[in-house]
Amino acid sequence: MIEFCGLDLEHPIINASGCFDVLAARRAFGDSLIERFPFAAYVSKTVTLRSRAGNPPPRLWESAGGMINSIGLPNPGIDAYLEQHVPDYAKLGVPLITNVMGSSSAEFAALIERVADRPEVAAIELNVSCPNVETGLDIGADPRGLEDLLGAVRPLTAKPLIVKLTPNTADVAACALAAAAGGADAVSLINTLRAMALDPVTGAPWLGGGTGGMSGPAIRAVALAQVASVAAAVAIPVVGMGGVSSGADAAALLGVGARVVAVGTESFRDPAAGRRIAAELAGEFSENAG
Amino acid sequence: MVTAPFGRRVAAVLSRRLVGPYVVVGVAEEAPVAPGQFYMLSAVEGWGGGADERPFLPRAISALYARDGEVGFLIEDVGPGTHRLCELEPGEEVNLLGPLGNGFTPPDRGVEAILVGGGVGIPPLAMFQERFGGTALVGFRSAGHAQAASLFTAPAIASDDGSIGHHGFVTDLLASVVQERGNVDVYACGPPVMLESVRLILARENMSGQLALEAPMACGYGACFGCVVETVDGYKRVCVDGPVFAAAALA
Repeated sequence: MIEFCGLDLEHPIINASGCFDVLAARRAFGDSLIERFPFAAYVSKTVTLRSRAGNPPPRLWESAGGMINSIGLPNPGIDAYLEQHVPDYAKLGVPLITNVMGSSSAEFAALIERVADRPEVAAIELNVSCPNVETGLDIGADPRGLEDLLGAVRPLTAKPLIVKLTPNTADVAACALAAAAGGADAVSLINTLRAMALDPVTGAPWLGGGTGGMSGPAIRAVALAQVASVAAAVAIPVVGMGGVSSGADAAALLGVGARVVAVGTESFRDPAAGRRIAAELAGEFSENAG
Repeated sequence: MVTAPFGRRVAAVLSRRLVGPYVVVGVAEEAPVAPGQFYMLSAVEGWGGGADERPFLPRAISALYARDGEVGFLIEDVGPGTHRLCELEPGEEVNLLGPLGNGFTPPDRGVEAILVGGGVGIPPLAMFQERFGGTALVGFRSAGHAQAASLFTAPAIASDDGSIGHHGFVTDLLASVVQERGNVDVYACGPPVMLESVRLILARENMSGQLALEAPMACGYGACFGCVVETVDGYKRVCVDGPVFAAAALA
């Protein structure tokens, strides 16, 4: 058992937000998904105040050792999410972490007020990799912006608040410290790295969104460095992620100070990857103990 | 609907044969598969390290047949992923996730099925014809590629270069069949430009049809939201909302 923000997790492996849609997976795999659910907590895809269609296709590019996505956070909006998705998520038998994104402190506050009184939601993750509508800066790239945001939303809920840090910033540890100072219960990192691909025929940007976020084994070493730097800087628990595809990768992130490890892109290659990684991780620990 | 076991499985490659420029790879699989369904497929060994250090993601490939403990895939070598899949020999192993997606709905009794296929998009239609019958119209670049028409019973063939069959598009054949026979159900799979042409013919004739779409996918089971297509109800995921869509649903 792992204690994380007051939640009891059966093992240290959870999913990265936006990398596992339980409702779609249930349609594809039926009850075997629930019987063999791979994660110790379920982090939902980012939800926003109003519904979003997402970016125009193409949304994917396979890169060396990974991929670039420009999905654009399609979601039904917070009201439909709470009405239609949360009741099903609550049946998974693992804690539900709801990931929300706003483009201002006021939007974040409105989202958190809606989620705060829902008993099914065990914790809230703040996706701060979004430009502030007023400053144009990514909220999470700027320590002062993060402290302001936490100041606005921390008083609104007693639920654990996890700040999903962006790696696209000069000093990620400074951002983590700002989140902790503002009252965050945990930080999670890394989100995808901003990246771009060109159409091999026309030379124009390939992705419908222009640029996208890179993930997969190609970013694993970047994640390790950023998680290590953040874990050394803050006293609150750290969720480490970025290119994890084996128990050894997860053990490395735990070794540099993460409390919990999230699996993202590897679940695309195998929906049951989280189970395998948790089992490999348990094996790593028993080997080390022996 | 046929659902898949949760998680990818390692399966043995049982057979490999050439059909013109295509390779048909047969893989051990007991699960029932519906025409139009697909698998996410990758080689256990040698996946990665090809051109540009790819492939990384598995490839979405439609089933060509599923019988006697074997599922078949028709593969064309168009990039690092399909290149590796085309090399697979019996005795090697693949990672298999599936069957995935919604297959074709067979026609009502007494209604003729017209199957319109283009290039490497023909597998769902070959499987459909084997199960439910129907008249096949297939289009290829050339006579060489059109050797894959042998996967059908009594197909009408079109070729881009005129080296076999009708010189022109397979949708020319569809237009005349629709004119002649009236009430038919159309099933199509092929390149986007062919499917768009089929959709326009159906819309013009006020006829229904089912189109099996292809899109690059990271996951194949609805997780990544990467494979969306525009429909009258907004973006839909080809993997879990399709790959078969009613022609009238596409925007």
